[in-house]
Amino acid sequence: MNAEFIVFVIFAAAALFGAVTLLSARNPVYSAMGLLLTMMSMAVFYVLMDAHFIAVVQVLIYAGAVMTLFLFVIMLIGVDKKEEREEKIPFQRPIVAILGGGLTALLLLAGRGAWVIVEGERVAEVGTIEAISEALFETWMLPFQATILLLTVAAVGAVVLARYESRPGGDA
Amino acid sequence: MTVDASWYMILAAVLFVMGGAGLLLRRNALVMFMCIELMLNSVNLTFVAAGDALGNLDGQLSVLFVMVVAAAEVVVGLAIIVMVFRKRSTANVDELSGMKG
Repeated sequence: MNAEFIVFVIFAAAALFGAVTLLSARNPVYSAMGLLLTMMSMAVFYVLMDAHFIAVVQVLIYAGAVMTLFLFVIMLIGVDKKEEREEKIPFQRPIVAILGGGLTALLLLAGRGAWVIVEGERVAEVGTIEAISEALFETWMLPFQATILLLTVAAVGAVVLARYESRPGGDA
Repeated sequence: MTVDASWYMILAAVLFVMGGAGLLLRRNALVMFMCIELMLNSVNLTFVAAGDALGNLDGQLSVLFVMVVAAAEVVVGLAIIVMVFRKRSTANVDELSGMKG
């Protein structure tokens, strides 16, 4: 029972609780809060695995920017409408339970022999900003430049989508 | 007990399946989108766990790129959801059945 184990158990429980909240909450804001808890727990796991830069990015980008965007949109399109819970497809929940249980069992069975197992002493590779940027700007330079294009296209696409309705004569 | 990569892999598998189950169960387009984010996050966890076990930084670099792509995806996806909401006044995917045969 070392400290790492205790921290892992606490935050694994928090991550699972957040995921259950995401699935079960009727109000979308509570769902977003559950996802936020799961993302924060992920950041703790990244710190445990010496991925410090990724942990910071997780908190800044995911828990900060992405979840704020989600909350903005939830507020924009109304939180007062409760979701209907009647099932339009017969036996939807049992089917999902069977599919989910089956997929979990399959993943665990398939992964049992294939989990990463390293014999002997492993070389500790700490994900500091220096180490990450060295790899990013040397071996991963081309993918990094491709993300510039991707982000530009995404930003332009969002602006075009947002302005779509105000176009004169546009009735689609 | 020491926490090795397989613990993280099992947790990530469970979170991934929960995200997929939420995608199948929920009707609100926003909540379904958040479930996709949960699935992406669980895969990121496996990348970092494997990279940590192998003493290799490439797992963390992959996570960085997954995050960038996910951020772009969120921007476009939320813009689409807002536009659909302005046209149809609903974010419930059961009512958005205009293309149903």
